[in-house]
Amino acid sequence: MNDTRFDVLVVGGGGAGCSAALHLAQRGTRVALLERGLVGGQASGVNYGGVRQQGRNPAELPIARRSRELWGRMKELAGTEAEFTVTGHLKLARNDAEEANLVAYLDVAKQHGLPLRMVGRNAIHVEYPWLGPQVVAGSFAPEDGSANPRLLAPALARAAQDAGATVLERTEVEHYAHDGTLFRLRTVDGREFTAPVLLNMAGFWGGRIAEAFGEPVPVKPLSPNMMVTEPLDYFIEPNLGVVGGNVYLRQIPRGNVIIGAGHGENDPGQPGQVPWSRPVPEVTMEGARLAIALVPALEGVQIIRSWTGIDGNMPDKIPVIGPSSTTPGLFHAFGFSGHGFQLGPAIGAIMTELVLDGHTDIPLEAFRITRFAEAAA
Amino acid sequence: MKVAVVGAGPAGVRAVEALLAAGIRPVWIDEAMDGGGRIYQRPPTGMRRDARTLYGFEAARATALHAALDAAKPRADWRPETLAWNIRPGRQQLHTLSAGTHGVVEYDAAILCTGAMDRVVPVKGWTLPGVTTMGGAQIALKSQGCGIGQRVAFLGSGPLLWLVAYQYAKAGAQVAAVLDTTPFAAKAAAAPGMLRGPATFAKGLYYIGWLRAHGVRIAEGVTPLAIEGEGSVSGIRWRDAKGAEHHADCDAVGIGWGLKPEAQLADLAGVPFNFDALQHNWVPRRDAAGRTPVGGIYLAGDGSGIGGAEVAELAGARAALALLEDAGRKVETAALDRRLEKLARFRSALEKAFPFPAHLAAGLPDDAIFCRCENLTVGELRATTAGPQIPAPEVNRAKAISRAGMGRCQGRVCGAAAAEILAARLGCGVAEVGRLRGQAPVKPIPLTAPPLVTTP
Amino acid sequence: MKLARLRDTDRPPLHLELEGRAIAAMEGDTLLTALLAGGAGHLRESEFGDGARAGFCLMGACQDCWVSVEGLGRVRACATLAKDGMKVRRG
Repeated sequence: MNDTRFDVLVVGGGGAGCSAALHLAQRGTRVALLERGLVGGQASGVNYGGVRQQGRNPAELPIARRSRELWGRMKELAGTEAEFTVTGHLKLARNDAEEANLVAYLDVAKQHGLPLRMVGRNAIHVEYPWLGPQVVAGSFAPEDGSANPRLLAPALARAAQDAGATVLERTEVEHYAHDGTLFRLRTVDGREFTAPVLLNMAGFWGGRIAEAFGEPVPVKPLSPNMMVTEPLDYFIEPNLGVVGGNVYLRQIPRGNVIIGAGHGENDPGQPGQVPWSRPVPEVTMEGARLAIALVPALEGVQIIRSWTGIDGNMPDKIPVIGPSSTTPGLFHAFGFSGHGFQLGPAIGAIMTELVLDGHTDIPLEAFRITRFAEAAA
Repeated sequence: MKVAVVGAGPAGVRAVEALLAAGIRPVWIDEAMDGGGRIYQRPPTGMRRDARTLYGFEAARATALHAALDAAKPRADWRPETLAWNIRPGRQQLHTLSAGTHGVVEYDAAILCTGAMDRVVPVKGWTLPGVTTMGGAQIALKSQGCGIGQRVAFLGSGPLLWLVAYQYAKAGAQVAAVLDTTPFAAKAAAAPGMLRGPATFAKGLYYIGWLRAHGVRIAEGVTPLAIEGEGSVSGIRWRDAKGAEHHADCDAVGIGWGLKPEAQLADLAGVPFNFDALQHNWVPRRDAAGRTPVGGIYLAGDGSGIGGAEVAELAGARAALALLEDAGRKVETAALDRRLEKLARFRSALEKAFPFPAHLAAGLPDDAIFCRCENLTVGELRATTAGPQIPAPEVNRAKAISRAGMGRCQGRVCGAAAAEILAARLGCGVAEVGRLRGQAPVKPIPLTAPPLVTTP
Repeated sequence: MKLARLRDTDRPPLHLELEGRAIAAMEGDTLLTALLAGGAGHLRESEFGDGARAGFCLMGACQDCWVSVEGLGRVRACATLAKDGMKVRRG
């Protein structure tokens, strides 16, 4: 069958995988995106929706800067802004040590051209009178904001289709092989796909693909514990975070407040099984406590839904991005450790450059897959 | 052995009774103040109507159930006004909220008797004050002594349509019209099977006959067009089977097309669901005794598939016996199983007589609101198949794109209709578009920071 | 929406307040009954512009009858008993 042979196979239909399929198809590549469930079903679709640059590991900032540029023209790229709104991101300090952390990051931001403005002890409660008394300072990133994660991956997938990519949902790959020339992928329902290039963009499950090609990595499943309130009058404009990241929240213009804090439970399953993940009630309650401390007006507001999904978490909290060390034609981009949503669009562009141009201007050294083996050696 | 029973309707009462008889004292959770469930809901103290006035033909059954409820309460660990908002099957914990206090109930086995609510099809104008579910109209009268208006129209199908209209007329309300979306022919064709039902069919005929005899306007095989009014209901418009339009003045409308399980806890417990084509409902998977594929979780009553109050009582007792049997006790179930089987045959005839009018949901105009919470139109849901996203092949992606089912009720009101609208647009069967996944909390809970209290 | 009191109309009276306006009710009323039989007309406004709402299911499922009671916070009007002296706000 002709339509099982492609130039590039992308495994994993998150935001990054869908963006890769789109960018490859735009450059005329015969690409197929293979997604076990539905696109955007896990970390990419159920995350908090932060489009945030500030606070990132410095190694990620060049990617985040490039991605921010893509977010700015998402409508042109994906046919929708996916509700991307530039509200600014306000990162809050709740004590002196946290404030020092914010101050220290100003230099990092400056080196990467990321605009940041410190909001000091006097100004913070004047500018944001709804913040709780424990907040002592903040750092405001005016270019940051948020978007609707449920909309992004399905829109990128649609745009990829329109550009000529083959998008196959409910297509779970069970067996991976490389015959020296071609990757041969077999699905749980017996279909086979081949291509000379394979992009591993499968989130937590990307670890299994890497392992299948002889380069295991210490990736673990991660399930951010999320909840949303009933709609309230709109008053929290910026996307809010804290130093340390134990709570984050934002309000959408419709009025609902989305709160993330802590982690739920999960079982990523074996091939053929449906993975599950669920919020943990005690974690939800603790998140409520932290959110109320940050924004006291939230007390008594009704929580109407909670959820989580599964992402891949790396021990050093930054993803694996770049070529395989074992198999020519294999490229990885997975393990975004709970903060890949903003990066997804650029990751697709970068992977496309790696595949089609053999190089990218974005420094990827920090993300090499061999770093864990090197550390152990 | 720690056993939890959720729900104190007919199924919950008989389950607890059977557990108590076996020497087990369950934690017994119910959202209402006084238990009793919906069908036999008791008015708050101070009301004086007798059981005959309140429950009609069901008075004896209601009285017996209330006696069993009152006898069981002091013997069980009875927790009224308590919401079980989550269940964590891995830890065997139920999460509760009662008067602002959070709690955790640990269980070795749990019987979920979570009941049902009205199954509704949106109608243009159904969000106007004055429109309630059929069950809501009945609760207003039964439990509160009130009609939902002075001049009330009823729209829907199923036994409750005729019963509630009859109860309203008897109580002195003006019944503006009884509008049945089921053609007479469908009911007539199913009549032979319904005769198996002990007295239910005869009761139904009695109500219809009584309403006709008292000159109440009745129409069958109707297509609802709109509930009209500015700020509150002033009338209802429909099309008859021959295509002619009609109108009736009214200040309230009760709507309902049978019932659907309130199975959110079973869903959160990880019980898989099947589409029951006859009921036209998604129902949690269980065997005839109420066992589910999830260890320690048993289901009974309408929350496990609509069977009605009589079945619920038997199923509640049966689930408790299954639990005891699985715990190694010797139990006798043959007689109970035979009665359940007989009633199931009658149920099947009833469902055929009052099929869910999927075509009405599918045929709604684009500008009709289908999701009350989020104020979403049918057109917005249909648009999920047309981009800019990859088309929604099932309801959860349609939810992700359109927000259908993302409001306070989490799709329990609009979910069934949303699936019909989507399936019709995609040209597939309604079972193929799936169902909205359950997410905690089962009902909204306040964002507060009280300590958790664990009780064994 | 105006509920019509048809039965059990001889109960002791209760007095509530809805946004400063006196509401005459009866013992045994739910908040929903007290307000909608007492002339409130509606219980909340749709956040998204579809006008007034007055509950729908009356059994705690549809979440369309939320009101605020002083000292109690937000409650479902259909599932909360009215008490003498309650001060209620819509929504």
